[in-house]
Amino acid sequence: MSGQATILAALAAPLAGAIGILLAGRLSANLRETVTLVTAVILAVVVWSLIPELMAGGRPALSVAEVVPGIEIAFRVEPLGMLFAALASGLWIINSIYSIGYMRGNNEANQTRFYFFFAISLAAAMGVAFAANLFTLFLFYEALTLSTYPLVSHKGDEKTIRSARVYLGILLTTSIGLFLPAIVWTYMAAGTGDFTPGGILEGNLEGPLIGLLLGLFVFGVGKAAVMPVHRWLPAAMVAPTPVSALLHAVAVVKAGVFTITKLIVYIFGVDYLFAQPSGQWLLYAAAFTIVAASAVALRQTNIKRLLAYSTVSQLSYVVLAADILKPLAEVGAAIHMVAHAFGKITLFFAAGAIYTAARKTEIGQLAGIGRRMPWTMAAFTIGAFSMIGVPPTGGFVSKWYILAGAFEADNYVAIFTMIASTALNALYFLPIIYLAWFGREPEGAQEHGEAPFPAVLALTATAALTVLFFFFNGPVIALERQLIEVWE
Amino acid sequence: MEFLGLYHYLVFPLLLMSGIYAVIAKRNLFKKLIGLALMQSAVFLLYITMAKVEGGTGPILKPGDADVLYSNPLPEVLILTAIVVGISTAALGLGIIVRIKEEFGSVEEDVVRELGGR
Amino acid sequence: MNGVVAHLPALLVVVPMLTAPLVMLLRPSGLAWAATTAASLCAFAIALSLTAAVLAGERPDYLMGSWPAPFGIELVVDAVNALVLLLVTGASSVALLAGARSIDSQIEHERQPLFYSAWLLALAGLAGIAVTGDAFNIFVFMEISSLASYVLVAGGPDRRALPAVFKYLVMGTIGATFYLIGVGLVYMMTGTLNLADMAERVGQVSDLRPVLVAAGFITTGLALKAAVFPLHLWLPNAYTYAPHMVTVFLAACATKVSLYVLIRFDYMVFQPNLAEHGLQFALFLMPLAILALIISSAVALFERNLKRLLAWSSVAQIGYMTLGVSLLTTAGVTAGMLHMFNHALAKGALFLAVAALAAGCGGVRLGQISGAGRRMPWTMGAFVLAGLSLIGVPGTAGFVSKWYLLSAAIGYGGYGPLLAAVIVLTSLMALAYIWRVVEAAYFGAAPAESTGRGEAPPALVVGAWAVALANVGFGLSPDLPVTLASKAAGILTGYSP
Repeated sequence: MSGQATILAALAAPLAGAIGILLAGRLSANLRETVTLVTAVILAVVVWSLIPELMAGGRPALSVAEVVPGIEIAFRVEPLGMLFAALASGLWIINSIYSIGYMRGNNEANQTRFYFFFAISLAAAMGVAFAANLFTLFLFYEALTLSTYPLVSHKGDEKTIRSARVYLGILLTTSIGLFLPAIVWTYMAAGTGDFTPGGILEGNLEGPLIGLLLGLFVFGVGKAAVMPVHRWLPAAMVAPTPVSALLHAVAVVKAGVFTITKLIVYIFGVDYLFAQPSGQWLLYAAAFTIVAASAVALRQTNIKRLLAYSTVSQLSYVVLAADILKPLAEVGAAIHMVAHAFGKITLFFAAGAIYTAARKTEIGQLAGIGRRMPWTMAAFTIGAFSMIGVPPTGGFVSKWYILAGAFEADNYVAIFTMIASTALNALYFLPIIYLAWFGREPEGAQEHGEAPFPAVLALTATAALTVLFFFFNGPVIALERQLIEVWE
Repeated sequence: MEFLGLYHYLVFPLLLMSGIYAVIAKRNLFKKLIGLALMQSAVFLLYITMAKVEGGTGPILKPGDADVLYSNPLPEVLILTAIVVGISTAALGLGIIVRIKEEFGSVEEDVVRELGGR
Repeated sequence: MNGVVAHLPALLVVVPMLTAPLVMLLRPSGLAWAATTAASLCAFAIALSLTAAVLAGERPDYLMGSWPAPFGIELVVDAVNALVLLLVTGASSVALLAGARSIDSQIEHERQPLFYSAWLLALAGLAGIAVTGDAFNIFVFMEISSLASYVLVAGGPDRRALPAVFKYLVMGTIGATFYLIGVGLVYMMTGTLNLADMAERVGQVSDLRPVLVAAGFITTGLALKAAVFPLHLWLPNAYTYAPHMVTVFLAACATKVSLYVLIRFDYMVFQPNLAEHGLQFALFLMPLAILALIISSAVALFERNLKRLLAWSSVAQIGYMTLGVSLLTTAGVTAGMLHMFNHALAKGALFLAVAALAAGCGGVRLGQISGAGRRMPWTMGAFVLAGLSLIGVPGTAGFVSKWYLLSAAIGYGGYGPLLAAVIVLTSLMALAYIWRVVEAAYFGAAPAESTGRGEAPPALVVGAWAVALANVGFGLSPDLPVTLASKAAGILTGYSP
């Protein structure tokens, strides 16, 4: 299949699947679940089929329509986007398996609506990944916000509606209020919005304006959750856990940091931004977010909220790494997207499994649960180690690269932040692990076993991926090194 | 005498302002309509006044006449149209007032507003 | 056919106007509706062919009675009014096609032929304003359409429409009167009523003060008709209490036609000839546009009546158009004209959906439509889609005009970024007031008792969806409106040397 057809298929498959889910939902739940799984597999196959071409240096492109003279809907696959798309599509399969276990185990209502909007969200994520210019990216970025809203507000009760309002409010306000003006400004300054290796702003915009534009972008891309536009993430935790797992550990948040990284590499240009003193503030903003979010996480008692703040912190690792503006760090940023995705999705799967099996949501309730749910807690432990950055987990690899880049740039802020946050991560994860394995269950505790089989299967798979990534990260690194070759 | 010759042009803004005053300040709906009619009369006066050419006679062509100075017929024709429009507006306005009286029992603006008319 | 084609600009007005008295005589109201719709569709077809001619580079002119210009009345069609003509005839046709049941349920049976007759007169009037090139002719058509609109708005079952119509009548007549004064003053100085001729002759006038005064009167009068803040007070109540289909029709095009005349007069006659008039025009309109945007959006945030909420939203959206036009740049005028088109699409769909909601829920207050998302999913779906266009989400027509507005504002220099901030801020306010409705509909509990039928007439839902999808269609491929708008902007800014 030609590159162009593949791109189209990558967008069309989840959409077609969505319609299939709607139709199948009227017939039988099993049929519907099958459609979801089949669609996920097809999407993964389609997306992953692009990898060989990418590894060889190819960049498939597709131009769809010209909306306004000079502004078109176009797609172009490059290493960063390939990584994001492969990650999202691959994890969708595992997440769908998990969803089946979770949604049935909790007897959730409106499951067809759930799977329908999930598929649409994946289509939007693919659009974000493969966008060739700012306009196309914005189009699918907004589509992603809108299509995940029904998922976040799924439960429909008072508290959920309020939180969903925060979610939508922050994301749309930042995107319409900051991101959109930044995009229009870029188009006007540079005459184009195409993602170009080396950036398009050199010679068109300089001085303090660069810092301002960077600010509009960074805070406009609310999905990257740089403080203070991070509040939507904890608010989104009212969603069912499969939503939190894939979307708020992988698709939505990764779309955010992916966008920022892509902006830095392809719009601002790494070397150009490095030479601009007005862009330096981003480093501090990212560092602050990392440390502050970890500090807030320390004080959380609800598992999902703790994971949410941990995600806020981990996302800014990517932003920090991208802003170190040295080749190794850029690779580290890309790798961290993968490592964090594997680790966080495992953690969320575990949290959801605990809720499904034991109806527990608070950390304090986890005493001794490791003995009742060994598989779940083992996966949780692996995920936590990845967050901290302990070998042999994927988190270690990405931190290695980021630190290497930081040393190369003599960036002491980054180095110090990495060390401090590692310590903080340990501070809030290790007690949970200790409590789960070595704590004593209170008297009269409810008897319960492991989570439903699909859920356990899924979380074991992602935990395994987390470990495997430590050993088999070669191809990913080779792909992302192409990013560096782009401007070196 | 130049000033008195422009007499009509001075009356025009007076009529206009009286009309506007009536529309805004009077609470009775009938009186508002009268104000509107006053305003429109002011406009008619303006047009007709501008049509009169000093020393010109009525714009009626008689065969055989040459070199006669006529007043401008066009504004008068325009005003005929505008008068018709004014009459239609007045008729419609009066009809609405009748209906308001039927529905609300009053034609005072503030009473109607209180009764839910906003 | 050549003979007919040559007369198209005139037929555009004549067909609805002659059908009007005929419709009055058709007793079965279904027949009256059919005749009205046929005439409206005929006008729409004419508008389409005229637009095609304009896009092909022609300039269909027409001399009424073959009297040569500038003595006779000349009808001119160029890109500027082709856009407006499409809007007027299109809005009328869609409202009629989708709204037969709605009109039937709101207007008394015996009165319906009269109602349709008035509708055709309004259509003829609005089309006439857009197509004529004679200043006084504009006044005549303006009053024809206004009087017909007063009848239409008052036709519904809600008695509160009557004081609203009276206010509309008074303010509308004042506006028309001012316009007439202005035209009189210009005529006094130039001796002509033909717009093109006027533009030439004003340049040769020695004493420009009457012309300046005329500009003031004309601008104020037309601003009244176009509901430019703060002369918009008639609009919210008139739109709220009118029959639903009348609101669809008027909200989509009535004020835009007056705005068109304002733009045409100002750019064509006054700016090229009065020194610095452009600056005065901009200084006058721009702050008013900003005020309109901010204040109207704020009021809409607190409204509980859906129609009044959308009416205030219309006042705000007129602010966007005025803002674009007051920038005096080609980019700005393009954005303003484009927004005329896209807003008509968005508001048309929204009001159609609201009409459907009214039928199904028995009313248009937030409390009454609560939970409608579950009871009437298709209707609410169209509402959400059109709402997204109003907010300016990419992929919709509303986004395209927002993009152009933002580009025009940022490219304006000076305090352009400030204008961009206002545009963005008010878009967020639009998000807020649309989302209030969405939340009430999808997450609210159904009211205890409802006088509605529980579902909407299919024609209305189909109509709402058709226009809502048109929003998406023109959002992804806005070739037609963008081309028309840029051509129009080229013509308008091209008058000034």
